[in-house]
Amino acid sequence: MTFSFNDKFPIYMQIIDDIKAQLISEKLKTGDQVDSVRNLALFYGVNPNTIQKALSELEKEGLMKSESTSGRFINASKEKIDEIKDIVAKEKVSKFLNEMEGLGISKDKAVLMIMEE
Amino acid sequence: MEEKVLIEFKNVNKKYGKKVALNNVNFSVSSGRIVGLLGPNGAGKTTIIKLINGLLKDYTGEILIDGEKHGVKSKGIISYLPDVDYFQSWMKIKDTLSIFEDLYEDFDVEKAMNLMYKMNLSPNMRVKELSKGMKEKMRLILVMSRNAKIYILDEPIGGVDPASREVVLDTILNNYSPESLVLFSTHLISDIERVFDQVIFVKEGEIILHKDAEELRLERNKSIDEIFREEFKW
Repeated sequence: MTFSFNDKFPIYMQIIDDIKAQLISEKLKTGDQVDSVRNLALFYGVNPNTIQKALSELEKEGLMKSESTSGRFINASKEKIDEIKDIVAKEKVSKFLNEMEGLGISKDKAVLMIMEE
Repeated sequence: MEEKVLIEFKNVNKKYGKKVALNNVNFSVSSGRIVGLLGPNGAGKTTIIKLINGLLKDYTGEILIDGEKHGVKSKGIISYLPDVDYFQSWMKIKDTLSIFEDLYEDFDVEKAMNLMYKMNLSPNMRVKELSKGMKEKMRLILVMSRNAKIYILDEPIGGVDPASREVVLDTILNNYSPESLVLFSTHLISDIERVFDQVIFVKEGEIILHKDAEELRLERNKSIDEIFREEFKW
């Protein structure tokens, strides 16, 4: 098991995030076959139903599609991936700003610090 | 795959002498699930497990295994790992394999041999030479190598070191089938909570919680381990 989870949050959401990160970094590309539920369960060390749930959500979001005979494939347009990238980037910025606020540093000050970096 | 209720308890009460061991226990669990039966020692986990296996007689209420009362059929579909040793120390591992082969029609020797190899157990080792953790692994392999509908594991990782724990969990995950149910009791939760899809908390002979693990995390923003510690703090 190489992946580290935070057990306070639903595991399937963390798997969705991990697969999205792989889409952004192009480790997974459109046309790639998605590994079987069993193998993914072993890889992540989680319940197979958790994997099933993550994959169905990704299908609903239009990032994968299953073909009844040959399994599941990545099916993510560039627009979709850019959209995800945008969402992830915004989440990271707001997390960063929260942490800065915790240190008593205002948004303006944080922006200045970034510019000086 | 349609889920099928494989174990059902209806208003089950059990006493040992005057001591109440289980108080009005109701639950049902279905195929395709890996369920954690969680509680401190003495809470009633082993009593529930013995009742599932038809090993205790004097109880009130109803227990159905795959829709039927205890009998030859229920015995045949349950693969049970008790938390006690039942092999003689002079035996070799290969003797335990032949015992299981003789006892159970659904025992898959090849699968057992493969798993033994993966867990560094050799057929020629003697039971008395095995550490507690190795013995647990051996017994788990035997139990998981039957093609049963219901697997009942009583504290399968108690004596196993953390590194081997992962191998044990892999074995359980590898064996997963939508048609079968794995119910396992443990008081060690933190390393293994991700393999459960449901958890049942047993406290002082009662079931105080039975829920989907992911729903619990979502509802409380806490790990199953943290929730367990809260429910059982004293």
